[in-house]
Amino acid sequence: MTEQSEVAENSSPSKLSSFTGTSLRILSGILGNFVVKRFLFFLFVVWIAATVIFIIPRLSGQDPVKEKLLLEAQRGGAMQTGLDEMAKTYQKRFGLDQPLWTQYTNYMIDLSKLNLGTSIAFFPRTVNDIVFESLMWTLGLMGTVTILAFILGTLAGAFLGWPRRPGWLQYVFMPLLTLSAIPQYLLAMILIFIIAFKLGWLPLFGGYSPSTLPNLSWDFVVDVLRHAILPAFAIIFSAIGFWAIGMRGMMINTQGEDYMIQADAKGLKGSRIFMRYAVRNALLPQVTGLALVLGTIVTGQVLVERVFSYPGIGDILFQAIRLSDFFVIRGIVIVIILGIAGATFLLDVLYPLLDPRIKVRNT
Amino acid sequence: MTDSVASPTQMNKAPSGGWDQFNEERIVPIKKYAVRNPSLIVGLVLLFGMLFLVGIGHLIWDTEMFRPLSTPTRLAPTAEHPFGTDTQGRDLLAIAILGTPLTLRIGLIAGVVAIGLGTVAAFLSAYYRGVIDGAIRSIVDVGLAMPALLILILVRINVGRELSTDEMGIAIGLTSWVFPARTIRSQVLVMREQAYVELSRLSGTSGMGIIFKEMMPNLIPYITASLVASVAGAILASIGLEAIGLGNLSDPTLGMTIYWNIQFSSITLGMWWWWVPPLVAIVIVFVSLFLISSGLDEWSNPRLRKRV
Repeated sequence: MTEQSEVAENSSPSKLSSFTGTSLRILSGILGNFVVKRFLFFLFVVWIAATVIFIIPRLSGQDPVKEKLLLEAQRGGAMQTGLDEMAKTYQKRFGLDQPLWTQYTNYMIDLSKLNLGTSIAFFPRTVNDIVFESLMWTLGLMGTVTILAFILGTLAGAFLGWPRRPGWLQYVFMPLLTLSAIPQYLLAMILIFIIAFKLGWLPLFGGYSPSTLPNLSWDFVVDVLRHAILPAFAIIFSAIGFWAIGMRGMMINTQGEDYMIQADAKGLKGSRIFMRYAVRNALLPQVTGLALVLGTIVTGQVLVERVFSYPGIGDILFQAIRLSDFFVIRGIVIVIILGIAGATFLLDVLYPLLDPRIKVRNT
Repeated sequence: MTDSVASPTQMNKAPSGGWDQFNEERIVPIKKYAVRNPSLIVGLVLLFGMLFLVGIGHLIWDTEMFRPLSTPTRLAPTAEHPFGTDTQGRDLLAIAILGTPLTLRIGLIAGVVAIGLGTVAAFLSAYYRGVIDGAIRSIVDVGLAMPALLILILVRINVGRELSTDEMGIAIGLTSWVFPARTIRSQVLVMREQAYVELSRLSGTSGMGIIFKEMMPNLIPYITASLVASVAGAILASIGLEAIGLGNLSDPTLGMTIYWNIQFSSITLGMWWWWVPPLVAIVIVFVSLFLISSGLDEWSNPRLRKRV
C-alpha cells in the first residue's frame, strides 16, 4: 500500500503550462506517465492477490495438499513413486515446517516464473499445461460473446434511451432487460432443455463431438461452432440486458446537455445527432463498465461451462474441486485474476484515447 | 407492466372519516405511486407473494420429506407428490418450500454484512479523507479486481468442511463489500459538499453527529437500493458456489437442487419436474429483486425519474 501511494505521488503529472511544448508532446507525456502508473497498479493488484492466495491456506491451519497427498499415498497404485517424490518436493518447498518467509519467497519466485506447480490428480501433468489447454476454449467463447453482447446491448440501450424511437421498441426490449436479472447458467439449462433436448437442433454438451479428435478440418470447425452456439447464447442473452440498462441511463443523461440542444437548434439530421452527439458521449462510461463487470462475466462463464461440460476453465475448475486438486484450483484462480487485472489495465490505458476530454487525470 | 389505470381522484367528495378518509389518505397515494413506479410495486408483490405461498406450504405440507430416501424415487408429479420426487427420493415440493427461504436467508445475511461493512468503510473514507481514505480506496480497488467467487472457492477448499448456510452468507458478505463501499463513498463525497452539511459543520456538530443526523437519513434510500442489489448478488454467488459443488450437501437450498440436477443430468433424463421449480423460484427471486432495486433507484435518485 505504501509502495503504491509513493508511486502515485512521484509520478503524478505535474501542472504543465500550456505555452511549453506542443499539445501532442504534453499528451504523450501524460499518457506515458499514466500508463506507467496503471501498470504499477496492475502489478500491485497481482501481488496482493497472490499474497491473499498464499495466506488463506495458512489461516485455516489445515494443509489440503498434504492431506490429499497422504490420501492418495494410502490408496496406493501406479502413481505411488511419483506421489512420493512430489510429497517430498512439496514438503521441501512449501511444507509448514519451513519458516513462513521461505515458503512465501519460494511461492513468489515460482509465480514470477509463471510456474503454477504440478497437478495432484493428473499427476505428471503441470498446472500450466492443464490450464493453458482449457484457457483456449474459454477465451475463444468469452471473447466472441462479450464483444457481441456489448455491441447488441449498447445498441439496444441507445435506442431505448432515445426519445424519438418508435414506440414498439420498448415492448420488445423491456423483457430483454429482465433477462439480465436471470443467472446465465439457468438460461443455459432452459436452452439445453428446449433446443438441444426437446428439438435436438444442437448438441447437448461438450466442446466437440466425443467421437472426433481435434483437428483443423472444416467438419471439426463446424462441429466446434455448433457446440458453442448454446453456451454463447446463454451468456449473450443475460449480458445484453446489462449493457442496455447502462447505455439507456447514459443516453437519458445526455438529453439535457447543452450540446444536444445546440445540435438540435442547428437543424442537424436526427440520425447524426443520435450517433455523433448522443451515442458518442454515452458510450464512454460503457467502457469503464466493461472493466468493472469483467470479474462477473468470467465467473458467470465458469458456471455456464459447468452446465454444458464445455471443456473450458470452468469445467476444469469443477473437476479439480471434485478431486480436491489444490494446485489446479489455485492455478485457475491466479490465471483468472491475472486475466482480469490485465484486461482492466488495457481498458484503463485505452480509455484516454477514446475520450479526448481526459487529458489530465490526477487520479 | 401497469395493470391498474390511474383514475383521477374525485376531489368534490369530502372525506367523511372512517374508510373514506383512510382510503383518501393512505390507499390513494400508494395507488398513485404504484402507477408512477410500477417496478417497485410489481417486484414487492412478486417477492412477498412467493414468501406467502412458502408460508402456506409450511403449514399444510410435510417438509420433513426433504430428506433423501423419504419417498419413492423419480416420480413424475402426482396428487400425492405434486412436484414429483428426485433420483434420491426427496419430495420436491418440500424442497421448494424449504429451499426458497433458505436461499433468501443466505442472500439477506450476506447483503447485510456487505452493506454494513461497505457503509462504514464508505463513511470513514469519504468523510475523514486523508490516510484512511487512501488505505480504504486501495483495498477497494484491489478487491474489485478479484472475483469474490474465486476467493470463496479458495476459502471453502481450505476450510476443508461444509459451511452451514449462515456461515456461507457471512463469508459471501465479507468478500463482497467493496463494490457497495465504492458506490456509497461517491454518494457521501457529493453530499459532504452540500450546503446543509456545511451549515451543520459550522454550527459545531461533531463528525459523528453530521454522519448520523444529516447524511444517513438522506442516504437511506440509496443504501436500501444497494442492499437489494447486494442481496441479489449474494444469492447469485451462493448458487454459484453450490452449483460448482461447494455447498452444504445436506441443505435443501435452491442452489443445491440445481447442483443435484446437474450431477444427475436430470435434463437429459427428461425429469423436467426436478429442475423447473427451483429454476422458476430463482427466476422469481432475481426478477423481483431486480425490479425492487430499479424501483428503489428511481425513488432514491430523482434525476432518473422517467424523462423518457
